[in-house]
Order: sequence, then C-alpha cells, then structure tokens
Amino acid sequence: MTQISASAGHGNAHVLETSDLRAYYRMKYFGIDREVRAVDGISMHVRKHEIYGIAGESSCGKTTFIKAIAAAIRPPLEIVGGQVNYSFIDDDLYALSPARRTAIRWQHLSYILQGSMNVLNPVRRIHKTFEDFAFRHMHLPRAEFDQEVRRHLERLRLPAEILRSYPHELSGGMRQRVCIALATLCKPEFIIADEPTTALDVVVQKDVLAMIRETQHEFGSSMIFVTHDLTVHANIADRLGIMYAGRLVEEGRTADVFANPLHPYTAHLIASLPTIGDRHTRDGLHGTPPNLADPPKGCRFHPRCPLAMEICRHENPALTTLAEDHRVACFAASSDVLPIADGKPNQPEALEVER
Amino acid sequence: MIAVLRDLFRYNGEFAIGCVIMAIILGIAAASFFSPYEPIDSYLVALDAPPSLEYVFGTNSRGQDIFWQLTFAIRNTLAFGFIVALISRILSLVIGLISGYVGGIVDRILMSINDTFIVIPLFPLLVLLYFVLRDDMTWFVLALVMAGLGWAYDARLIRSVMISLRTREFTNTSVFSGMSMPRIVTQEHLPYVLPIVFSTFMNNMNWSIGLEVTLAVLGFTDVDTPTIGGMIFWANQHSAMVSGVWWWYFFPTLFVTLTFIGLFLLAISMNEYIDPRSRLDRMGNS
Amino acid sequence: MTAPLLHLDGVSRLYKRGGLLGRQEFRAVDNVSFRLEGDEPQIFTIIGESGSGKTTLARMILNMVRPSAGTIFFKGRDLASIRGTGARRRFMKEVQPIFQNPFEAFNPLKRVDRYLFMTAKNFTEARSPAQVEAVADKALNNVGLTIAEVRGRFPHELSGGQLQRVAIARALIPGPSMLIADEPVSMVDASLRMSIVNLFRALRDDLKVSIIYITHDLATAYYVSDRIVIMRKGEIVESGAARLVLDNPQHPYSQLLKSAILSPDPNGRGVLTGDSAASQQARASPHPAALETEPQSY
Repeated sequence: MTQISASAGHGNAHVLETSDLRAYYRMKYFGIDREVRAVDGISMHVRKHEIYGIAGESSCGKTTFIKAIAAAIRPPLEIVGGQVNYSFIDDDLYALSPARRTAIRWQHLSYILQGSMNVLNPVRRIHKTFEDFAFRHMHLPRAEFDQEVRRHLERLRLPAEILRSYPHELSGGMRQRVCIALATLCKPEFIIADEPTTALDVVVQKDVLAMIRETQHEFGSSMIFVTHDLTVHANIADRLGIMYAGRLVEEGRTADVFANPLHPYTAHLIASLPTIGDRHTRDGLHGTPPNLADPPKGCRFHPRCPLAMEICRHENPALTTLAEDHRVACFAASSDVLPIADGKPNQPEALEVER
Repeated sequence: MIAVLRDLFRYNGEFAIGCVIMAIILGIAAASFFSPYEPIDSYLVALDAPPSLEYVFGTNSRGQDIFWQLTFAIRNTLAFGFIVALISRILSLVIGLISGYVGGIVDRILMSINDTFIVIPLFPLLVLLYFVLRDDMTWFVLALVMAGLGWAYDARLIRSVMISLRTREFTNTSVFSGMSMPRIVTQEHLPYVLPIVFSTFMNNMNWSIGLEVTLAVLGFTDVDTPTIGGMIFWANQHSAMVSGVWWWYFFPTLFVTLTFIGLFLLAISMNEYIDPRSRLDRMGNS
Repeated sequence: MTAPLLHLDGVSRLYKRGGLLGRQEFRAVDNVSFRLEGDEPQIFTIIGESGSGKTTLARMILNMVRPSAGTIFFKGRDLASIRGTGARRRFMKEVQPIFQNPFEAFNPLKRVDRYLFMTAKNFTEARSPAQVEAVADKALNNVGLTIAEVRGRFPHELSGGQLQRVAIARALIPGPSMLIADEPVSMVDASLRMSIVNLFRALRDDLKVSIIYITHDLATAYYVSDRIVIMRKGEIVESGAARLVLDNPQHPYSQLLKSAILSPDPNGRGVLTGDSAASQQARASPHPAALETEPQSY
C-alpha cells in the first residue's frame, strides 16, 4: 500500500495515460510489404481506482492496444508513435530499459487473460505457480510468503485447498479465479484484464465478474477491462471506451454512454442488445468491419454509417469532449467535432519517433 | 508458378544458392550425353594423370577420364535418388491418406505394417539382399527395394496431418455439399499434404543417395553401372590414396556433397514457401 | 396424421475416456426425447452450457454420430437405416448444418463459391455452369448477398458475418426442411450478430424452414425461438414454449441460468456485488470444480 500512497502525490491521479499511441504490424513476405494499422492514434487515460472498459469487435485493435500498454510488443508489431505513461514510472514506458520494463510487471502491472490454462502451468501444483510468479517480487522469506498467499486467498474467499491441486483438477471458473488471485497477489496499481470471462459459462461468468470488481475495490487498483460484450461492460466498467478500426470513437462514463450514446456505432451496438422479455425486432448493422491494412479514407465508420455526410468521406473526426467526461469522434454528433489537425494522419513516416 | 519461382529466387537466399548448385550438378549430368567415351570402357586415356587442361579432373588408374566418368556417375546417382523418392512418395501419400481419412480398422492394419517398416534395420537387410540376389541386384532393383523401405516415416506424418484435417469444420461442410470421399481428400485435403510430400521428396533423395553411396563404396551394388559410390569403390580397389591419385576420391566426394547441400537447401526453402500458414499470409495481401 | 419432422426417442450417447486402466464411461447425451412437428415451421432452440451435450446432440441429428441408445426419426425414418451414398444424399437434401465458426467452415485455401456450386451440382437439377450460378445466386439473395460479392473470393477476404451468411446460403441450396445451427452467432461480431439472428426468423417465415438453434445465450434464444429445451449434463431439464419457459422458468437450473444473465442496464451493477445464490453456492463448497466433469471435447 505504501507504493500507492507514494504515487498518489503525483498530482493528476491518472494511473495510465497514452497520447497518440500508434502500433502497426509491419510484415514482409517475399517482397510484399504489408502494414496493418491496428492501433492508430489513441489518446486516453485511466484514473486511479477505476475500471476502464474497452469494447470493440474482433480485429478492431483492442488486443493490440493492450499489448502496446503492457510492453508486450514483438515483431511484426511495432510502436510507430505516441507515448505510454504510467504514474509509477514517471516516464514513457518505451523509454525504459528492457530490464526495468520487466521489473514493472507483476509488481506494478499485472494481467488477467482469457486462457487461464496458458497462465497456469499444467504440470505444477497451484502453489508452485504462485511461487514461480510472485516469490521473486515479494521479497519475503518463504514462510511469510506462504502465509501471505493463504491470507490473500482467504481475502478473495477461495479455499486454501486449491493450492495443492493441479490446474486440470479445477473447473474453468475456478481456474480463472486463481488467475485473478495470482494477478492481485502483489497488489499491483494497474491490472489489465483481457476478455477474462469470455470462455466461461454464464453462471460462472457473473461470479467471476463480481470477484474482479470486489478485488479491484479492495486493493484500490486501477484496471483496463477489455471485452466485446457490452452487457459485461454495463456491469463492471466505470468508464467505457468504444474502439472501431484501430481508433477510439467514443468514451465516457458507462451510464452516460449507455443512456446517451453519441456515436452512431455505439448507439447501434447498444440498441441491438437483446433482452429477455422483449421481442422487438432489432436490426443488424450493414456492411463489414474495415480491413485495417486498407482502411477507408476519412472516418473509418462512414461506409456503414446511417448518418454519413460528405465530410465523413474525406476527413477524420477528432475525439472531442462534448459533455462532461464524454468524448466522441463523429461529425454528426456536434459541429464542435473538428477534423484531426494533422493533415497526414496516415503517414507513418511523419510520426516516426526516435528511440 | 513462374512468378512463384522468381519470387523465391529473389527473396530467399537458400533457394537461390540451392538452385545454382543444382543447376551446376544437372549441367554436369547433362554433359554425359556428349561424352566422347562409353562409361564402362577403360584404358582409353593416359593412366593416373593429375588434373590439367587436357583432363580437367585428371584420369584414373583404369585409364578413364574422371570428368566424363563423373558426368555419368552424377546422372545415375540423381536418377537413382529421383526414382526412389518418387516411388516412396507415392506409397507414403496413398497409405497416409487412406489411413488418416478412413480410420478405424483400415488405419490400424496399415499403421501396424507401417510401424514394422519403421523398425526394420535397413542396412543389414540391403546387404543381405545383395548376397541373395548377387548379379540380379541391378541399379533399378536396388531403387525399387529402397523405395519399398523408405516410405514409412512420411506415411505416418501424412496420416497425422490427415487426421487433424478430417476433424476440421470445412471437411463437414464438404460432406454436406455432397462431395464424395475421394473428392474431399484430393481437392480439399491434398493442398495441405502436398507441401509435405515436396519437402520430404528432397530429403528422401538425400537419404537414398547417401545409402547408395555407402553400399557402393563397400561393393554391395552393381559396380558396373557408374555411380558416385561406384567411383569411390574403384578408387579403393586401386588403392588410389596410397598411390597419390587423390583426385580420384576428391571429385566424386565433392560433387556428392554439393548435391546433398543443394537438395537440402531446396527442401528447406520450399518448405518455408509452401507452408500453408505463410501461404495464407501472402494471399492476404494479394 | 403425418409423422413429425423430427422425433428423438430416448437418445443417449456414451463416450469412453481414459486409457487401459481406469476407463470411464461418460454420458454426453442421456435419454433425450422430444418431437418437432412438421406442420408449421419453427425455430427450436436447444440451450445448454459447455458440457451439456448440445453439440453431440446436433451431430446425432445430422447423422454424423450414431446414438449409443435410442432412435432418431426424421420424417418417420430411422436415421440408423440411412446407408449408402444415395440414401445419405437424400437425407442431406433435407437436413443441412450451419457450424459455429464461419472462418473454419470453409477451406482457407479454396474459394468460397466452390462450396455453393458443389452443393448446387450435387443436390439440384442445375447442370450447366450458368444454371449452377443462378441457383447459388438465388440462395445468396435469401441471405442478403449476391453472387458478384462472393465469386472468386477466398474466406479471408470476407468478414465473419459475410461468411456465416454464405454458409447459410449454402445450406439453403438443396431446399432443406430443417437446418441445424450450432452456436451460429457466437463467433460473429456484435454489430452483425442480430442480422444473422433476424435472418433465421426470415427463413422460417419466408422459406418455411424449421431451424434447430443451439446456443448458450438465453437472450437471443428468447428473441428468436418458438420452442426451447434446456439441457444440463446431457439431460433435458426443462422444455416448452420459449416465452413461457424463459419468462417463468420452473426448474432450479433454468432459474439459475436466467438469474445469471447480466442486464445491459448499466445501473445493474448492484447485482454483481450482492451475492447471488449461485456465487454463495460456488463458494460454500470447497471444490466445486472437482465434482463437475468438464469434458474437453467430444
């Protein structure tokens, strides 16, 4: 807890801040070059003690965004521009030495991933996995470490017996709970949760979500929660960012976004959620998500947009604050939304940052 | 196809080097058709002449020009490897496809035969066959025998690929599109299996050439047909090393090594190119 | 009285697991019976979570897996009696599948239109290329596509939603009386999901096709189905008219399923923190997992 209070004096109380972050996949196969702009200029921040939800369809760049903020970039993925700042490092994440970047993991920054089986070593008992991940970072004697693990499990209301089991002896839901316990053991300031409940059955999903929420609350961590499922966001996120084709198109407090979606894409997603007890016809959206290797010019949503205007075909709307804590990138939402000032947003050369 | 080869040549160093080596080897093999001498004729030229302008690779103790002798040897060795690889590929393809797709009892029978072939010790068997057949053990019979012994590993490989393909969803789509089993196997699954066949083709050639050279050096083959192993056999017979006729060893060894390297480079570069995953990546941007 | 379209009578499917020692039997589907009348086309939904046996059930109805016990009748004919190429084809002309993952449903190395043309050649009167293309185009029109959008395309050039539409169009070509759709929207993007579900409604109403819709998602099931059955560990726990069952579930498991659905209302966050019956149950027992058998795949 000391670390958290230490960084609290940092002022603006943003745990994570990205500015104009761009991460592209650059591939070369037998002379054919391809560039996929999976994350194309995202500026956002996560406040202290909040769960920031990111919603978007497959291949909208949400997974790439997570890789970029978690410093898990491997070729062909490259950071082409922009910055990632955490309150606990006082610097751009990518300006750090690789050794320091690794040191941040688990202690300040941890993950809850979709495939819990990929995190838990199938041939090691759970308590061994806890040792593998956290022992080095906790700087505690063995006996105290064991006690701390037990205390932690107790706090999360998990039975201590699971420490003796192998991953395959646990159900999917239990495994995911173990992963949450693992991720929160070092009481990190920041947790990245990537579709943590997608593979779970609905009955289990609800409990796991409740557990994530309680844990986050108890430890005062901040969290980025990524899922394509808007009903999950409705139940867990404090603020919500909607991604489309590598860009953030809307962002606001979850209740505001649901009650008053300003971007036509968001409005459609929310309107099309079916509920029990309501059989009104809900329409699907026409068209297909754009190919990020060759995105449409102008606003990337315009080919599917019911409100598309002439300007949408040529200019890219900037993410603009229209109401308190509510930003949107759509010309139709308000005349205050201006095109992105940078005349060549699609020229990666212009954005190349010296590293 | 030509575009594919051009791309490979331009962007894949292994392929380019492999191609150049194999072009040289094939060029030399082709030269055998213009040879002034018959391969089995001996005492035609001066004995034991070192490499010179007249005799590029020198001559041997049997009065043969090593260069022209080598052209025949490379041609025969390559043809031998090619025939073994061709026949054994056909065997492993057919057996692997049937075993993998049909499954059940057919699979069990075929795979028990397959496993038997995998554990048979090859070399003693070939030596034994030579002593049984003696003069009937011609170059072609040896190729047939080796093809009959060389398919088992790759048949198992193809079978495992087929088993995973059979459980893929698109196989069910094909079934419910009314396609017959042979059609599904040849049209839907073969594109995934053929790359394995191509890349193992080169490896199998290398394997069979290596084994043939070994047998020939020891004299367990038909030594009247000039092959690279056969040349080394005759050099041994005439104690060429002792009498200082090093070129009699050197050139066959050099060229068989080059052949190995060339085939190996082609196999790995083609493997990379033909791999369905990288193929899909390339298709994604065309 | 005509025979029902589909009739399952005490259908079970056993799988054996394990090696030589400790061989276990595992009932993926356990004594399932239901009837699907053919007079009026309907959307019949099978709801279940992973491990409930719903996919095995679908495969048995498609005659890809034989039941270990019990009989499946399609239009009065026992599926076990379908042998030989001709009989199989006649069955496939009537019953067609739609699979879960549209990206896997087509060979990534082949053009998508090939499956449409093959189906047209094998199951319809069309012979000449022009006729075949016309048949494919007509089927594609039913799902809101045209042959021009699909011709010569590889699967990776189409989106998940488009591919799933093509898969549905292909299944429609033989003029089937029943479609079996196993989790058809779980891999489709949210913005395209409803258009696929709406398509099922349209197919039922316009083409008079009965659809067996297999899903774990109660909300879309409520939206689209006429009748549902809820499965748990291979058994049917509740069945009936969709609205009746989902508005007022009787069986404890159905109630649990319904209570676990998250509301899209962002003010529903209180539901998460308050301990639901399910979470209390899950935490009370030390090893909820060890008790449950979780089949990896079957």
